[in-house]
Amino acid sequence: MKAGIVVFPGTNRERDMEQALRLVSGKAPTMLWHRDTSLPDLDLIVLPGGFSFGDYLRSGAMGAHSPILREVRAFAERGGYVLGVCNGFQILTEAQLLPGALLRNAGMRFLSQDGYLRVENSDTAFTRDWAKGDVFRAPLAHGDGNYTASEAELDRLEGEDRVAFRYVCAKGGLDATSRISNPNGSQRSIAGILSANKRVCGLMPHPENLVDPDLGATDGVPLFSGLVKSLVA
Amino acid sequence: MSMIVNAELAARFGLSAEEYQKVLDIMGRVPSLTELGIFSVMWSEHCSYKSSRVHLKTLPTKAPWVIHGPGENAGVVDIGDGLAAVFKMESHNHPSFIEPYQGAATGVGGILRDVFTMGARPVANLNALRFGDPSLPVTQRVIDGVVRGIGGYGNCVGVPTVGGEINFHPAYNGNPLVNAMTVGIASQDKIFLSAAAGIGNPVVYVGSKTGRDGIHGATMSSAEFDEHAASKRPTVQVGDPFTEKLLIEACLELMATDAIVAIQDMGAAGLTSSAVEMAGKGGVGIELDLDHVPQRETGMTAYEMMLSESQERMLMVLKPERTDVARAIFEKWDLDFAIVGVLTDTAHITVKHLGKVEADIPLAPLADEAPLYHRPMTHAEPPARLGTVADPAGVEHALLTLLGCPDLASRAWVWNQYDSGVGGQTARRPGAADAAIVRVEGTKRGLAMTTDCTPRYCQADPRAGGAQAVAEAWRNITATGALPLAVTDNLNFGNPEKPEIMGQFADAIKGMGEACRALDFPVVSGNVSLYNQTSHPSGLSQPILPTPAIGAIGVIEDVTKAIGLGMPDHAELVLIGEIRGELGQSLWLREICHREEGAPPVVDLHAERRNGDFVRRMIAKGCVEACHDIADGGLLVAVAEMVMASGVGCHLDKPHYGTSLHAYYFGEDQACYVIATKHAAALIDEAEKAHVPVRHLGRTGGTHLVLKDGMSLSAERMREVNAAFFPKLMER
Repeated sequence: MKAGIVVFPGTNRERDMEQALRLVSGKAPTMLWHRDTSLPDLDLIVLPGGFSFGDYLRSGAMGAHSPILREVRAFAERGGYVLGVCNGFQILTEAQLLPGALLRNAGMRFLSQDGYLRVENSDTAFTRDWAKGDVFRAPLAHGDGNYTASEAELDRLEGEDRVAFRYVCAKGGLDATSRISNPNGSQRSIAGILSANKRVCGLMPHPENLVDPDLGATDGVPLFSGLVKSLVA
Repeated sequence: MSMIVNAELAARFGLSAEEYQKVLDIMGRVPSLTELGIFSVMWSEHCSYKSSRVHLKTLPTKAPWVIHGPGENAGVVDIGDGLAAVFKMESHNHPSFIEPYQGAATGVGGILRDVFTMGARPVANLNALRFGDPSLPVTQRVIDGVVRGIGGYGNCVGVPTVGGEINFHPAYNGNPLVNAMTVGIASQDKIFLSAAAGIGNPVVYVGSKTGRDGIHGATMSSAEFDEHAASKRPTVQVGDPFTEKLLIEACLELMATDAIVAIQDMGAAGLTSSAVEMAGKGGVGIELDLDHVPQRETGMTAYEMMLSESQERMLMVLKPERTDVARAIFEKWDLDFAIVGVLTDTAHITVKHLGKVEADIPLAPLADEAPLYHRPMTHAEPPARLGTVADPAGVEHALLTLLGCPDLASRAWVWNQYDSGVGGQTARRPGAADAAIVRVEGTKRGLAMTTDCTPRYCQADPRAGGAQAVAEAWRNITATGALPLAVTDNLNFGNPEKPEIMGQFADAIKGMGEACRALDFPVVSGNVSLYNQTSHPSGLSQPILPTPAIGAIGVIEDVTKAIGLGMPDHAELVLIGEIRGELGQSLWLREICHREEGAPPVVDLHAERRNGDFVRRMIAKGCVEACHDIADGGLLVAVAEMVMASGVGCHLDKPHYGTSLHAYYFGEDQACYVIATKHAAALIDEAEKAHVPVRHLGRTGGTHLVLKDGMSLSAERMREVNAAFFPKLMER
C-alpha cells in the first residue's frame, strides 16, 4: 500500500500516523508538504491530526485552502482513498469533501481521554477488519470534535449507510445525551463518516495511537490492516 | 514615567543603591537607558541567582552518565544507544497569577525552547502546580486559566503532557506555583551549546517578531507581590504555540546540518540575556544592529527591543557560508530570519539602533561583578515529633475523606484536558503508574519521569523536606522498574532578604544534596524562583510554603517490563519497608484532625536506597505485577489507589501492630512500597536475604477493598468519591 501523509504547518500527529502505517503495512509512507502541487503515485492519502496553521480561525479552515488540497480533491474525485483523522477530519469538512462541521466540544474544554467507538458499517476499506457492531477503544484528543450537520444531512448520511463510527460507552451502550457515551456532544453520537463512494473517511479519535502491542493495546490496528487488504490487491 | 537615568530610576528597575554604584564604576559614566535596562535584568535575581548561587554550588552535579550539568540551557544525561535525555524544569509563578492562561502557556513554551535549543526533540511535558485554598474564587480562576494555558500550548505544539502534581494550601492564595518541565531526546553527538565562537561570524535572529510584551518580566518576577499585582499585566508575555511548533521543526531541521556554531533561546530578558550569555560564555564580543530585528510594532526603541520578552524567538551564531541554507529552512517554515549582528573581538556588547550606539558594555564585568550575596539566615528549630493522637473518625470515614480531599482527589479532570498521547510513544498515561513512561522512539527503551515535593514537610523541617522530595522522586521512578538517573530542581521560596526564608532555602538544599548523594541522583539543571511572597496592605507579608519541586527521570531497558498500579486478580500483596506510623504533618492529621503539626516523617536514605534497589531488582526479574510507593495518605490510601486503578479488590491481612491502627493505615512512612506479586514466597525470601523489611500484606481479588475489622469498600464507591472534587469545584 502506497500511502502519503500530508503535513501542514502545525500538524503534530504525522509521526504517530507514520509509525502506525509502517507498523501495520510494513511500508514507510511518503510525507507530503502542504504547498505541493502534484502527488506521487499513491493508494491512500492521510490527513493527520494537529493544529494546522494554529487553527486560530475555525479548525481546519486554513488547511482546507492549502495548495495540496486541490490535489487531494482531484485524487478523491478519481476514486482515491482519503483518511482524515482529527484535524484531518476537520479539514475534510472545511474542504467539503465530507459534509457537516466540527464545533467546540459540548463541555467547551479540550478532551484527552479514552473513547469507545462502535463500528456502524463494516463494508468499507476502512472498516472491513471489524464486524458491524464491534466496539473498540480509541483515544480522543480534541477541542473541536462536536459533529454537527442539518437534520436532512444526518438523515441522508444514515440512509446511505455513511456513518462509519459512533461514540458509545465502554460496554457499548449508545446514548447521545450522555457525556460518558458521547463525550463531545456530537449529533447522533457520530464519530466518523464516509463519502458517498465510501472512499473518503473522516473520524475524530486516534486509532493510530493504539497499534503497538509494546505500548499496551492494538485496538486501532483493524483500520490500517483493512486498508492494506483493500489497497494492496 | 520619567526615563531619566539616575539612582531613582535604577531603584525602580530593581537595582539597589550599591548595585547602581557598581554600574557607575564599571561604565565610568552614567549609563544610557538601554544600558541601565541591560544591567538591571542581568543582575535581577531571576537571571543572576545572586542570592542562591552560593547554596546551589553545594549540590552534587556529576556522575558518569551526566553529559552536561547545570550551566547549559538544560541538563543532558546518557540514556544508552548513543542517545541523551535533555531536561529541565522552570517556574512561571508570578505571570500565572497575574494572567493565568498566558502565564502558564508561556511557561510551557519557555521550557520547551530550553530543551530543543540543545538539539533535542521534546517528547514529554510535566508540570508541578500549587494552588491556594480551592474554595476561593480567585483560586478557581487561576486553576481554570493555568490548566487551559498548559493544555492550549502543549496540545497545539504536539508534545504530550504526561505527568506532574497538584497541591493546595492557603499559603499559595496570592502566589500560585506553575513549574513546567520538558524532557527531550537527542543524539549524543548532536548536542548544541550556547558558547559563541568565531570572530566575524553572523548573529542570527529567528522566530517571531519582537513586540513590546514582557518588558521587564525578569525584574517583575524578582520582587514581592502586593495588592497592585494586576497592574503588572503588561509584563506578562503572550504565547503562540503554533509558531513554537514551527520553530521546533525548523531548528531541528537546521540542526541536522552543520550550520550552527551556537544557539540560545530568548527567554527571560530576551535579546539581552541571550546575546550577553552567548558572547560571555564564548569569551567574544558581540555587536547587534537593532535596525534588522524583526519588529511587530513601529517606533520601538533600543531599550524596548533589548528588554522585550516576546516569545518564540531564538538567537544563533552560524557559519557564514551556511547562512543561505539556514535562511531557506526558516523561510520554508514561514518564520522570520534576520542577521542582526556579528561576533567581535572587543569583549563588549555593542548595541546600535538608527545609526546610534545605544549601549556599549564590557561583558566580563557585567558577568563577573554581578552581585553575589551571602544573605543572613536564621534557622527554625525543627518541630518535636508528634505525640499520640486519638482516632476521632474511624478507618472507613478517614479513608473516604482522604480519597476525596483536594490533595488526593483524582486529577483526571485536569489530565483529560492535556493531550497525553501525541507522539505515539506514551506507554503509561498520567495516574497509571507512579511515574509516566514514554518510549524512546525507535528503541525498546522507556523514560520514566515524575515531579515531586511535599511542601508541608518542607515548611515543618526544610532539610528533611528537601531530602524527602528527592527521595520520593527517586522512589516513584523506581516503582515503575526504571533506574533513576538525574534531577532537575525548581526551588520556589519566599523573599530571600528575610533571614528565615534564606534559612529555609539553605536547609532545603542541604537535605536535597544529602539525598542526591545517597541515591546517586545528581542535579543536572534547575531554576530558582524567589520572592514568592505576597505583601498585604496591612503590612503583613505571606510567603509560600517552601517548595523545592524535584523533576526527575529514569530509564528502563524494556518498556514492556514497566510496572504500573494495575493489579491482577489472584495476586499476593507484599509490603516492602517498615511502617512506624508517622502521622506528623500527615494528610490524615490535616484532613481528619485539622492540625498541621509535628515533625515530618523520617527520611532514612540508607533504607530508601536499599529498599528501592531491591524493588527494582524484583521488577527486572519479572516478580512484580504492580507497584506503588507509600506517600500522601499512607498505606491504606496507596492500596486504595491500586484498587481504583485496576478495578480489582483485595483483602488485607490483620494489621501488624507496633503502632495504633490509624497510624498504621495513614502514617506517611518513607521508603515503603506496596507490591502485587504472583511470586510472594520467593519475593519475601529474597527480601529477607537482602535484609529488606518485608511483610505479607494481603491478597487481590473481588471488587472491594476489605479489611479484617469488617470495612469493605468497592472500587466503584472509592472512585466516585475520588473523582468528585475537581468537577464539582470547576464545572458549576
